[in-house]
Amino acid sequence: MSLELSSSRLSKVELSFGQKVASLNWGLIILICGTVGFGIAVLYSLAEGSTSTWVQQQSIRFAIGFTLMIAIALIDVRFWLRVAYIAYGFAIVALLAVEAAGIIGKGAQRWVDIGIITFQPSELMKIALVMALARFFHEHTLEEAQKVRTLAVPALLILVPAALVLQQPDLGTAAMLLLVGGAILLLVGVKLRWFALLIALGAGALPFGWNFLHDYQKDRILTFMDPERDPLGAGYHILQSKIALGSGGVFGRGYMEGTQSHLNFLPEMQTDFIFTTLAEEFGLVGALVLIGLYVLLIAYGAAIALRSRNHFGRILAAGITSMFFCYVFINIAMVTGVLPVVGVPLPLISYGGTALVTLMCGFGLVISVYVHRDIRIPRRPGGPVA
Amino acid sequence: MERQREQGRYKTFVRRTVLVGGAQTALLSILVGRLYYLQVVRSEQYRMLADENRISLRLLAPPRGFILDRNGDTLAGNSQNYRILLVPEQTKTPGMTTKQSVDRTLQDLAKVIPLADYERQRILREVGRKREFLPITVAENVTWEDFSRINVNAPDLPGIVPDVGETRNYPLGPTLAHVVGYVAAVADGDVIDDPVLELPGFKIGRAGIERSSDLMLRGKAGTSHVEVNAHGRVIRELDRLEGRQGQDVFLTIDGPLQQFVTDRLGAEAASAVVMDVVTGDILAMASTPSFDPINFTYGLSKDQWDALVTNQRKPLINKAVSGQYPPGSTFKPMVALAALESNVVGSDHKVFCPGQMELGDRIFHCWKKGGHGNLDMAGALEQSCDVYFYDIARRIGIDRIAEMAKRFGLGTAPNLGLGTERPGLIPTREWKQSKLGQSWQAGETLIAGIGQGFITATPLQLARMCAQLANGGKQVTPRLVLPPDDDGRVGTPTLDTADQAKPLVLPQNLAVVHEGMFRVVNSSRGTAYAARIVQKGLEMAGKSGTSQVKGITLAEREEGLPNINNVPWEEREHAVFIAFAPVGNPRYAIAVLVEHGGGGSSVSGPIARDVLREVQRRDPARKGRKQLAGDNPPGARG
Repeated sequence: MSLELSSSRLSKVELSFGQKVASLNWGLIILICGTVGFGIAVLYSLAEGSTSTWVQQQSIRFAIGFTLMIAIALIDVRFWLRVAYIAYGFAIVALLAVEAAGIIGKGAQRWVDIGIITFQPSELMKIALVMALARFFHEHTLEEAQKVRTLAVPALLILVPAALVLQQPDLGTAAMLLLVGGAILLLVGVKLRWFALLIALGAGALPFGWNFLHDYQKDRILTFMDPERDPLGAGYHILQSKIALGSGGVFGRGYMEGTQSHLNFLPEMQTDFIFTTLAEEFGLVGALVLIGLYVLLIAYGAAIALRSRNHFGRILAAGITSMFFCYVFINIAMVTGVLPVVGVPLPLISYGGTALVTLMCGFGLVISVYVHRDIRIPRRPGGPVA
Repeated sequence: MERQREQGRYKTFVRRTVLVGGAQTALLSILVGRLYYLQVVRSEQYRMLADENRISLRLLAPPRGFILDRNGDTLAGNSQNYRILLVPEQTKTPGMTTKQSVDRTLQDLAKVIPLADYERQRILREVGRKREFLPITVAENVTWEDFSRINVNAPDLPGIVPDVGETRNYPLGPTLAHVVGYVAAVADGDVIDDPVLELPGFKIGRAGIERSSDLMLRGKAGTSHVEVNAHGRVIRELDRLEGRQGQDVFLTIDGPLQQFVTDRLGAEAASAVVMDVVTGDILAMASTPSFDPINFTYGLSKDQWDALVTNQRKPLINKAVSGQYPPGSTFKPMVALAALESNVVGSDHKVFCPGQMELGDRIFHCWKKGGHGNLDMAGALEQSCDVYFYDIARRIGIDRIAEMAKRFGLGTAPNLGLGTERPGLIPTREWKQSKLGQSWQAGETLIAGIGQGFITATPLQLARMCAQLANGGKQVTPRLVLPPDDDGRVGTPTLDTADQAKPLVLPQNLAVVHEGMFRVVNSSRGTAYAARIVQKGLEMAGKSGTSQVKGITLAEREEGLPNINNVPWEEREHAVFIAFAPVGNPRYAIAVLVEHGGGGSSVSGPIARDVLREVQRRDPARKGRKQLAGDNPPGARG
């Protein structure tokens, strides 16, 4: 690889291991650790002070996630550029495998068991999609990116996995893939009028899409429109969630004092509805602190994206950050009754390994972008560097 | 060239990042606004809903008040009820459905205590209906032996919970069942005026004092606020407000005397009422045969119920207050007093009894075939001469007789609070005209003169009548429940409530009746001489009565009255007896009625004697004197 280097810091093509470690974004790392710690404290409260229920498991997953994050961060961002399509291809194959297994097993299946660990291909796909799109737009100029013909490829890159995930059926992840893909298209400069057209088309397709939804999904959407429709059935979750949130008030009911969650009125309290518990016990203040942490994380991500001297890194960091934002927004909007109930966890807080590890791997990539921020990468391998 | 391209991309990227950042800020603002709305604006409302969610109000059943006798001994109390409960959730074992695991536990339980198959089916049915952590009753009133056996085996019986509840008990059992009554589960038709009635297993008074004093006995339910989780499981108690225990009710009944009377009545279909002639206290009120009130508490089986209902001796009826019988000759004091008070005849009025009396074309017989000869009023009472009373009844007429009977409380239902008191019947001309649309016949007056015909009275009414004869003609109101004393305490037994009321009849007239009733028992010519009390100072006075159930035909009379043992039970005469004692200063009155018992003096008289002797022996004023054991006088004959 022959790179033209100008500035003094870029006098060396390759960074030494020590230099990499020294340039890790410790502020972002501490923020991530603090947020996960907050989540573990909430899980501790939910388990009535027991560490064996959720805290231990979650801590182990955090340790794994942390290790992966640092490892990914230390790997050269050009490596990630190289493997972007491979990762995407692998994710597609895994999704198809799950689909096939689902057909055989007659029922929803999201997991692949590869011996030592099980993982959800849809999670891998979230990262892989960002990587693939980042590589695609890294390799195309703005002019090309604004041409409809060029956009066929990224459109397929987004829609194929989204369709596969929707088949599982996993409405939440499908929406995430569409939103993240859309955000990246927006960031790389696709003309805004295409978005307007897409939104119009999407709205037009809604009535047809309705028929493809499962009964429980239709139920959730109808319930969202009118939560009191069935207060003991589909509306129960959201109603109890709102009661928990509301009863928390400004300062909350106090740590380990939330009645709604401790008395099991809240469903999924340790996973998708954990924000409710947090807001019940810590009140509006606690909720705003958490949202503040998220805003800081997103701002960090955006700053890293803007700071990168290579387009791949920019798109990668901004894409991952957008995905993180989608998690935050969809989850909180869902538990506060702004959006229908879809299965999206609260990032870095909800109990569950896959989402946590995926997100931390994502942040690993963001930090890798930061570590390798000054490396310029030619649009095409061997091409001129700007 | 490449640098410019890169610059263009970067500028666009920055612009778009700002755009996306702005959109994200806007979206997050929506969420923050939403949180503000939920957690600040509507916080109060949601706080209330959260409390409603978690706090549930439970009622605590108050312990039922006791029913005590005049000595403070328990007639109806609460005792511990050993129960076996089953919590389906706790039977669970991996790999089994709840039903299967419950069934297995029940099979294990059946090895320890007997468990009928239909009971097992019932429990399994309930398992499906109730939530899994709610206990199901497996058995109630388990014996102590079975209960301890289950306790010992508890580790091998997952889900089985031995429990101690409260249940009603009646130490005297059938002896006082008609008075005390019983409790039973709240039925669908009951008026639910108190939320406590909705508690599962709550029992209310269904008969007797248990029913009439139910509100007092019931008490007030306590409340307990408990925190429940989303499944209704109780997590902890937040606060508890103890209820008020039901008030105790003191009865005028003397438990041991009641037992004595019941034992004395034995297997007869009979009834006896013992009354304090001064206070009106009912010291004993027995009705046989009886039933065990405890059987009603948990519901009777159909066989048990059928047996009670079809029994021709009517165990469910309180004969003392509900049984209406012709009083027979025990009514004669009323006729005598009616004659004396109306000044139609004097006590020296004499009638010759030839054994029968003719009125129009009908012949009215005296019970004594050969006749009594010449008798005055006291003598006629002594020997219970029917002809004498035909004579004076004819002279005074039915309305005067009826007036006197009513003055002594006959014809109206006394109110003891049992709800089953019957009025009996005292006929008048007007009554017959309006009820039957027929005019009164002179012969009916004669029949009324010997307490037969239309006239009926309950044993309670006869006891009251006798008490009023005994106490100098003063009106007494029979009572069963002791009223609260001045301190507001309920049921301190008081003996003397001096009645200042004007006597019902003139003392000299009453003296004639007393004389006659004294001689009935204490004169050798008296109908109940054999039933006299020989102990000095305890002597009683009385009047026998034998009331016909079926008319005696002319043919029967000519053949001579058949031996009582040859007459079917239900056609035999009722044996009635009223008495009071001691004759010097009467304190106790009694009425005894043995259904189809035969002669009043021979069957009911000895019962009255034994009871009056017993009640005097138990008299608190006589305590310390020498024991009066039963040295009965020789053989009786009415």
